[in-house]
Amino acid sequence: MKSNDDPREELVEHLPALRAFAMSLTRNSAAADDLVQDTIEKAWKNLDKFQAGTNLRAWLFTIQRNAFYSSRRKAKREVEDIDGVMAAGLSEKPHHDGRLAMQDFREAFELLPDEQREALVLVGASGFSYEEAAEMCGCAIGTIKSRANRGRRRLAEILGLADGEDPVISDATNSSVMASSNGQG
Amino acid sequence: MGERQKTSSAMRQIDENLKRVYKDVEEGEIPDRFKDLLDRLKEQDSNEK
Repeated sequence: MKSNDDPREELVEHLPALRAFAMSLTRNSAAADDLVQDTIEKAWKNLDKFQAGTNLRAWLFTIQRNAFYSSRRKAKREVEDIDGVMAAGLSEKPHHDGRLAMQDFREAFELLPDEQREALVLVGASGFSYEEAAEMCGCAIGTIKSRANRGRRRLAEILGLADGEDPVISDATNSSVMASSNGQG
Repeated sequence: MGERQKTSSAMRQIDENLKRVYKDVEEGEIPDRFKDLLDRLKEQDSNEK
């Protein structure tokens, strides 16, 4: 991991992650790339507001997220055009475990509500902490946990991986998952 | 093989798959428009100075 003093030079390293996040938000490859372009332009204009030494990726994700939600509010009346870019899968790889087909997984993921997809991408896929994700989304940590856990449970349900109502599911791990999904912290 | 084991492994599988799907997208090639965009922005900056 190299680090440059000038965030302008560092932007390019975050493009792949920004595109992946954009695709999970828009579910449309053309819209995703427009969103990334918008994000880069906004970030560039505001780079003087970026605090050196803090997480540039988190900062960029926050800009992108805000741009997505504000443009979506503007385009409220337009029909959402989802081309299933995540579902299409850019490079289908064989699933070694044989338990969960990636295609089914991608399709199920795209069915989740925006806020659950977003929470899962931030904490499940991109490796941000719950704290960082909460800051990006401007909400409580408990809210992010709740969204991520609801998303995980919904995916498990769609994919038939688990029975949410099963009375035997009461070990420590699961009750803490349930507890954190209800509470604010 | 208990239900509890099945459930926590389901949650693990979900996170593993999330990472895999995301990584697939991340590994896609970056379109030229972004390199062009960054070049254009840099040029604008140097013209302003």
